[in-house]
Amino acid sequence: MTQLQDLEITYDKPNWCPGCGDFGIWMALKNAIVQTGLNPWEVVLVSGIGCSSKVPYWVKTYGFNGLHGRPVPVAQGLKLANHSLNIIAIGGDGDQYGEGMSHIVHAARRNTNITLLVHDNQLYSLTTGQYSPTTDMGEKNKATPVPTIETPLNSLSVALSAGATFVARGYAGDVKNLTELIINAVKHKGFSIVDIMQPCVTFNKKNTYAWFNERIYRLEDEKFDFNSKEKAFSRIEEWPLRKSLKEGEKERIPIGIFYKEERPTWEDGIPQIVQAPLVKQSLENIDINPLLDEFK
Amino acid sequence: MIDIQWLIGGEAGYGIMTTGVMMSKVFTRLGLSVYDYVEYPSLIRGGHNAYYVRASEETIFSQKRKVEILVALNRETIDKHKDELSEKAAVVYDPEITKVDPNEFSKEIILVPIPFLDLIKQLNADRLMINTVGVGASLALFHSDFEILNGILQDAFGKKGEKIISENVNTSKAGFDFVKKNFSGKFSISLEKKPQKSILLSGAESVGLGAIKAGIKFAAIYPMTPINNIQSTLVSNALKYNIVIKEPEDEISGINMAIGASYGGARSMVATSGGGFALMVESLGLASQTETPIVFIEGMRPGPATGFPTWTEQGDLQFVLHAAHGDFPRIVMAPGDILEAFECTVRAFNLAEKYQLPVIVLVDKYLMEGHGTIDKYQISNIKYQIERGKTLKDEEISTQTDYKRYSFTDDGVSPRSLPGQKGGIALSGTDEHDERGHYNEDAENRVRMMDKRFKKLESAMSEIPKPQLFGDKEAPLTIISFGSTKMTIMQAISDLKKQGININYLHVIYMSPFPSETVSEIMKNSKKTLVIENNKTGQFESLICEKTSLVPSDHFRKYDGRPFYPEEIVDKVKQLI
Repeated sequence: MTQLQDLEITYDKPNWCPGCGDFGIWMALKNAIVQTGLNPWEVVLVSGIGCSSKVPYWVKTYGFNGLHGRPVPVAQGLKLANHSLNIIAIGGDGDQYGEGMSHIVHAARRNTNITLLVHDNQLYSLTTGQYSPTTDMGEKNKATPVPTIETPLNSLSVALSAGATFVARGYAGDVKNLTELIINAVKHKGFSIVDIMQPCVTFNKKNTYAWFNERIYRLEDEKFDFNSKEKAFSRIEEWPLRKSLKEGEKERIPIGIFYKEERPTWEDGIPQIVQAPLVKQSLENIDINPLLDEFK
Repeated sequence: MIDIQWLIGGEAGYGIMTTGVMMSKVFTRLGLSVYDYVEYPSLIRGGHNAYYVRASEETIFSQKRKVEILVALNRETIDKHKDELSEKAAVVYDPEITKVDPNEFSKEIILVPIPFLDLIKQLNADRLMINTVGVGASLALFHSDFEILNGILQDAFGKKGEKIISENVNTSKAGFDFVKKNFSGKFSISLEKKPQKSILLSGAESVGLGAIKAGIKFAAIYPMTPINNIQSTLVSNALKYNIVIKEPEDEISGINMAIGASYGGARSMVATSGGGFALMVESLGLASQTETPIVFIEGMRPGPATGFPTWTEQGDLQFVLHAAHGDFPRIVMAPGDILEAFECTVRAFNLAEKYQLPVIVLVDKYLMEGHGTIDKYQISNIKYQIERGKTLKDEEISTQTDYKRYSFTDDGVSPRSLPGQKGGIALSGTDEHDERGHYNEDAENRVRMMDKRFKKLESAMSEIPKPQLFGDKEAPLTIISFGSTKMTIMQAISDLKKQGININYLHVIYMSPFPSETVSEIMKNSKKTLVIENNKTGQFESLICEKTSLVPSDHFRKYDGRPFYPEEIVDKVKQLI
């Protein structure tokens, strides 16, 4: 059985800011790998670029740290090469909802059996705090001379519309709940996305732990039924906020599973890999002579 | 010696492409050497299509200028191609569709008016079938037996059912019979069937077959002219050879999927044209930095931007050599003909995996879409061993306890584990990294890692074939060229020889690593050097200068979207010697 210490990297350690939400996600991810009973060599963390995408550096599984916005395509190709692997793609809100959003849409409609964890701190923090696709409306920071009037992207709504079969939100400040969500996402057969609210303690002065703690509620506490797309959309619409609040009113930010559905995965539709993953197939004695006769 | 060029022209959407390949097959099955070339605009219906099929009793390498049989499906075809007719050419047309004045041609031209539409009507066939009548009619001009075409139609449409076959056979037979009855013996060329020696392949099909032979397991291809037939070749054989081929949402996704699949251990490829490659550029650097093997097929067409999408050019050479930021090793090869397209593709997969880097096979529309005859045994007898280099087998890695993905080695190549292998856990990182793949800002490590990655290119150099010099070493002129211009140049050399002129020709396939020594040596021993390339700015000539510090004496460039013609090269050579 895999233990937490099996996932420890001894020659390097995280360099996130003290108190960064990434620590909570990192812990939840490792817990989830251990509790799911996965062998470390059968897990691949595929990440993009940004603070969040450094996770593969500090978890002793296979890791591929690629380009900004592109972990989802890498993860999909990898899955087709070897569908016996457990593949978790990791990126931030800039990486995934800015540069990489179109890949989420297509991975969702294909229902590739991979998990995507998005560390959503509502900023580009590694580049010192510019606004991102999920920055709250009305925020002003170094990338905008006046408060932004851009409506924040509801990425989970997009993912659900596109056909994602597991849609959830977690919170870096609730590691126990997040661990459960990641376990469920990894076990889910199909494309699973977990948007994770991750306070950036250095650059995000608004969406802090205290701020989230006052607004977050667990869907499971309300016995939410995640089998209905209609209900899922109505809860997903609660956050990010796309309307003005009334005097004294506060945002309600749901965490938990919004939607879950069983549907054949991308890999299920590929007869070429039914017998064995591509990587296990022999490259010996490939005979193309029968093909040549077709060109007479 | 018979050397005949057939041309069919008409509006796009009238099956000109299908008809052209069919005629190429006719000549192939008659036992001739064949080369075909097609011109078409970027649209589905309307616009002018022209399909040239050249066939000869001796080996040919390219299309030529003069046309012996012109099948004109509309008047525009006559206007556009009248000047290409050779002295005793035949012009096949329907007088109902195409008004022709006999006085507009010289007396020796044979006019072959055929009531395409009437014949079609009598058979109750679709108007779109007039091209098929044209093929049958053409055949009757130079060959007495319809069976050859019948066989091709049976093979081509066999899967589509009896109705489609008989419709095609009947319409082409109608054209055939009409010519037999009314124009028998009028045309000067008559062809007997000889033993068939060759198969007919396009460059794209050749690349596709090469990839299959090389054990391709994954391809992500977003459609783009001129590489679409690579996609279709792989798709039609995907189930037979267990190849997963996917159409990604864009080229950026495509290359990243392929990198992911290759990282997972599957031999992987992308194919695109310059515009798609432009989107893949950042990921080209990713592949090199993470030392992930990957094969790119880049089919050039005239740019920039959308440019001239269905025409040809060699304008991306400097682009692919320098694409992506930073310094990193890559292999770039430019096959010169259909057989070389196969050879380069199979080798590309081995080089990519042995040296764990991106390999770009640089081709173009001219090579991809033209068909030619090649000896089947040149492909089937090829000695090809799949070489995976230092890709670790499960048993080699399972007991390791301190594996380092980017370990320093003498040849620069580090043993490579694959995800899923116990003992091989590692990080593949895009950042500058240490031997474990971990981010590292140390100056000394940076230098060692850069040197390690570039060392692989030196190591690869030792197994890369030297460029070939065709022709007499002592010739008064040396042509130097790269890529698909080989076909026309070889034809020009053959044509010049008949006129008693001997030149030689240095054909360079590897653009990176560049064979500087061989090229320098040959240039120094040449009396005159002529660089021929299909672009405006002399991208290959610049490369020669850069790599050899030698300046070629002359150059010949073309950038009108058309390939070179052997006649143009013959003229140019004659001016210089």
